[in-house]
Amino acid sequence: MSLWEYANPKKFMGWTGPVLPWAFGAAGVCLAVGLFWGFFLTPDDYRQGSTVKIIYLHVPSALMAINAWMMMLVASLIWLVRRHHVSALAAKAAAPVGITMTLIALMTGAIWGQPMWGTYWAWDPRLTSFLILFLFYLGYMALWAAIDDPDTAADLTSVLCIVGSVFALLSRYAVNFWNQGLHQGASLSLDKEENVSDVFFFPLLVCIAGFVLLFVALVLLRTRTEIRARRLRALQLREVRT
Amino acid sequence: MIALLLRDLRLATRAGGGFGLGLVFFLIVVVLVPFGVGPETAILSKIASGILWVAALLAALLSLDRIFALDFEDGALTLIATAPIPLEAVGLAKATAHWLTTGLPLTIAAPVLGVLLQLPANGYSFVALTLLLGTPALSMIGTFGAALTVGIRRGGLLLSLLVLPLYIPTLIFGAEAARRGTAGLDATTPLLMLAGITAGSIALLPFATAAVLRINLR
Amino acid sequence: MLKVRDIAVERSGVPVLSGVSFDLAAGHALILRGPNGIGKTTLLRTLAGLQEPTNGTCEFPVDQAAYASHADGIKTALTVRENLSFWADVYGNTVPDVIWDWFDLGDLRDRFAGTLSAGQKRRVGLARLGVISRKVLFLDEPTVSLDGFSVKLFSSFMRDHHLAHGGVAVIATHIDLGLGEAQTLDLTPFAAQDDGPSDSDEAFL
Repeated sequence: MSLWEYANPKKFMGWTGPVLPWAFGAAGVCLAVGLFWGFFLTPDDYRQGSTVKIIYLHVPSALMAINAWMMMLVASLIWLVRRHHVSALAAKAAAPVGITMTLIALMTGAIWGQPMWGTYWAWDPRLTSFLILFLFYLGYMALWAAIDDPDTAADLTSVLCIVGSVFALLSRYAVNFWNQGLHQGASLSLDKEENVSDVFFFPLLVCIAGFVLLFVALVLLRTRTEIRARRLRALQLREVRT
Repeated sequence: MIALLLRDLRLATRAGGGFGLGLVFFLIVVVLVPFGVGPETAILSKIASGILWVAALLAALLSLDRIFALDFEDGALTLIATAPIPLEAVGLAKATAHWLTTGLPLTIAAPVLGVLLQLPANGYSFVALTLLLGTPALSMIGTFGAALTVGIRRGGLLLSLLVLPLYIPTLIFGAEAARRGTAGLDATTPLLMLAGITAGSIALLPFATAAVLRINLR
Repeated sequence: MLKVRDIAVERSGVPVLSGVSFDLAAGHALILRGPNGIGKTTLLRTLAGLQEPTNGTCEFPVDQAAYASHADGIKTALTVRENLSFWADVYGNTVPDVIWDWFDLGDLRDRFAGTLSAGQKRRVGLARLGVISRKVLFLDEPTVSLDGFSVKLFSSFMRDHHLAHGGVAVIATHIDLGLGEAQTLDLTPFAAQDDGPSDSDEAFL
């Protein structure tokens, strides 16, 4: 059986039903463990004090904000090339989750920025990039909302997602060029020298796993809702014609 | 393609064509800015190049929804789509017409309005040069946005929402080059990036424009 | 010249016609009939290449085809002559002088199209067909808002200057154009059977 058959709406509803509670459960466990470990069982940072602990929300949400857009891009490409309906609906379902992650990253960043930099907002390249990403999410969702025909909406939003990705990437380089920032370097990287120390690192990994699982669970749930809505539409159309 | 370009230019300059509205808007925004930030020469001359860029961008945005909407309403777009011109060329012709009726006049007007904003002497050439390089990208990106929203009733606001984020890189590099040039710094890198964005947009976006037009005319 | 085989079309995701087949030899016209909503416009748009058929094939010299919708695409801010020469340029032709007589536009040629009546505008829209001189025409309600005299002008253009020169035409219309040997195709029997939803919706049921 081809992998693509799992993307058939009926098959998709079939296998996601049982998976969904496990995904939510695993996300809940990871988040509970990771956040408890991170908030209460790690020492304060010698420079940043207890404010550093917001990284357990800030870093995972920022990661997922970008990954959600990547997932939408891949899903859009799959829709345009192979025309799997679930793919288009999954992209639609991921956008509100992605924009929420972006907002969480921006807000936790602002809360962290106030004690660290003395300001809630600075036009730092990373902050600005996320604000721009937020605008791209808004445009994408607005286009979905404005078009009645589901296939036309899927086609147009997919093209917008692809073109938008190119321009979002360009914006990323543009803002880097435009302003050298306050933001610290990457929290996670393969280069040991730059990395956060192990004490913070392991609970952070658990939190990231929790956010990934939460994202997967929410997107599955929302995709199932979109499939049901689409099915309802198909049934109503059939009703009208008979 | 030339025929379509000439027709659009002719339509733009006829009564009701909206030619000049963008320019007037540009003028008004530039006049309003000192009312907002105060008349101090030092402040104005510092922000002049940026204000000119933002105002030119908004003025270009203003006329985008005319690019395809009028032809869509009276059925001409359907006939053009079935005529022996590739839709990619239609997109390019429409963007060119928009640039000639909006981007080019804005580029010419910007140095004149720079006087009102106390633009420093060496800024004039840079503001004009960056707008000349950047406004074709604004027209092409806007044409893509207009094609994307052509089937949507009252899509004007949505069009702005979709196009403005796409304008960000062009604005950053354009305004940065103008600012550096005005301040007497080396502006080569942002100028090259700006030219790159314009060249890339003109090379690739006609295909995206044609794709979304096909979807919208289905 | 025009060969349509077992074509099926849908309108915004809903199948409207299926199994439509016909042949048209050079010099012949086909009149499409059927009640409103049967899918005449959708069929013509599909033949003109604006949308893909969901099934079947159609063969004709694509570079000889042209489409006229029920909207004329006349720009009101241009004169009649400018409107027509735009289409002539697009199709690589020039506006033939006889066109003014064929469609009785002689007195109107330098008027702005915005000042014309609905019927006069329609005549300009139809004159476009004479300007672009394509052999395969797909016409959607060409006679809407025309008076009896103008209908006769259009009929004689079709008969004497299009069909007589080996052109073909598929025309959706409710009135008798008097095109002589025109075939008529009633689309009612081809209405898509309610054998389920479209491809797109099917996956969800």
